[in-house]
Amino acid sequence: MPLRAAPVSVLTVAYLDAASTEPLHPAAREALMTALDAGWADPARLYGTARRAQMLLDQARAEVAEIIGARADEVSFTSSGTQAVHSGVLGTLRGRRRAGHRLVVNAVEHSSVLNAASVHERDGGEVETVGVDLTGRADAAAFAEAVSRPGTALACLQTANHEVGTLQPVEEVAGACAAAGVPLLVDAAQSAGRLPIPRGWSVLTASAHKWGGPAGVGVLAVRKGTRWRSPYPEDERERRRVPGFENVPAIVAAAAALRARAAEEAEEGPRLSALVDRIRREVPRLVPDVEVIGDAVARLPHIVTFSCLYVEGEALLTELDKAGFAISSGSSCTASTLRPSHVLEAMGVLTHGNVRVSLPRGVSEGDVDRFLAVLPDIVRRIRASLGVH
Amino acid sequence: MWRRRSNGGASASETREAPEAREAQQTPAEPQSDLTIDALGRKCPIPIIMLAEQINVVPLGGVVAVHADDPAAFTDIPAWCRLKSHGHVATYDLPRGGWSIHVRRNY
Repeated sequence: MPLRAAPVSVLTVAYLDAASTEPLHPAAREALMTALDAGWADPARLYGTARRAQMLLDQARAEVAEIIGARADEVSFTSSGTQAVHSGVLGTLRGRRRAGHRLVVNAVEHSSVLNAASVHERDGGEVETVGVDLTGRADAAAFAEAVSRPGTALACLQTANHEVGTLQPVEEVAGACAAAGVPLLVDAAQSAGRLPIPRGWSVLTASAHKWGGPAGVGVLAVRKGTRWRSPYPEDERERRRVPGFENVPAIVAAAAALRARAAEEAEEGPRLSALVDRIRREVPRLVPDVEVIGDAVARLPHIVTFSCLYVEGEALLTELDKAGFAISSGSSCTASTLRPSHVLEAMGVLTHGNVRVSLPRGVSEGDVDRFLAVLPDIVRRIRASLGVH
Repeated sequence: MWRRRSNGGASASETREAPEAREAQQTPAEPQSDLTIDALGRKCPIPIIMLAEQINVVPLGGVVAVHADDPAAFTDIPAWCRLKSHGHVATYDLPRGGWSIHVRRNY
C-alpha cells in the first residue's frame, strides 16, 4: 500500500474522546513540574527532602478527600483507576469473607469491575448481575432485592456509565445496601471532577487521567468501618492499602487538576452539556436512521453516544479520523475483541455503527459545528458503499 | 466480563441481566418461517441490511428468519425491530452455532 500524507495536520484534529482520557489540565502540568523537583524523595523516610515529599503527599490527599467527601485517612492512591477497582472489589470481598461470598454488580459496569468479578467467580464466589433498561440505567428495585439476599458481601455500582453517559441511581441503591448491611463500591471514574460524588458509598474509586490529571494515579477510598483487606502481599505504603512506591509528583498534579476542574465545573459543565444537547438534537435530524443512546436528561455533561443503522463502526471511525476527529466507538469491529460493547449489548440497543462523542474541557463550539457538518455525508457515503441509499 | 450465553439450548432469557431484547426466546424448537435469510458468516451491519431489503418479500404478518452468527446480530436485529416497529418474535440457537432470529413484518 503506498504511503500517503496525513490529510489533516495534527494541530487541527478535534479531540472528542475525553471519556477515554482527558488532556492534561494546565494546573496539573504546573503542579507536576514543581513537584518533580520538590517531591521526588521517599515520603516514608525522615530527612528533610523526604518530609517535604510526605507533606506534598498529605496535602494532595487532603485536597482529594475534601472534594470526594471523604476523610483524608480513608483515601489511598493507586497506580490506576483499574487497580483501585480491582483492589476495592477483591479487598472488600476478602474483608467480608465471613459475611458471605455473593457479589452483586450492574451489567454495564466498567470492565475492571466485571473482570474482578470474574476472578471472584473463578475462586468459588457467586456473582449476580443486575440488568439495565434501554437507557442503561440499573434497575434499582432489582438491585435492592439482589443485595438483600443472604450472604451478600459487596455490591458495585458506577456513578455514571462510561459509554453512554447515563447516571446511575447510586443514592437509592446505597439506601438499600445500608438497610441490608452490605457495603457499596461506587466507581466514580467518569464523574469525579464533573459532578458531586453521590452519598452513601462504602468504597469509592476514581481515576485521575479522566479529570485532567496525569496517567498513573487512581483513587481508592475506604470508609471507616468498612471491612477491607488488601488482596496483595502486604506493603508499608499507603497505610498498607496499596503496594509500591508512591508517585508523589503525579499525585500532586492529580490533586491540582481535580481542584481546578471542580472549581471550573460550574461554568464548563453546563457549557459542555449544552453542546451535548445540541448533538443529541441535531444528529437524528441530519442523519436518517440514527438511534441516540442513553438518558437524555439524567446524564453526564460531556458524553453522547449514537448508533447509525446500516453503517460499519470501523468505517465510520476511519472516515471521521480522516476528517480530523479523534473519537471512539463501542462497535465490535472497532474494539480489540470481535464482540460488541457489553454495555450496548446489555442495554439491547444497536451496537453497529456506534459513535461515542465525549467533550474535553475547553472544546470549541466550532469543533462541534464541524462534526455536525461532516457527519451526514460520511454516513451517506458509507451506506452507499454497502448498497443502502 | 458478563457475556450472554451463546451455545447449547440455554435460553438467554434465563439470565436475569438480560433485558427487553432477550425476552422473546422461550423454546428451543424453531417453528416455520415464511422466508429464511442466510447471513451466516456475514458481519454486522450486513445481516441487517439483508433483512431490511427482504422484509417486504413476506406478506403482512409473515415471519422472516435471519440466520446469523455475528454476535452483534443477536442484539442488533431485535434493536432494528424496535426502531422500525417490526416484531422480534424469538431467537433460537442454531445447532452449528449462531442464531435463527425471527422477525414479523408489521406493516
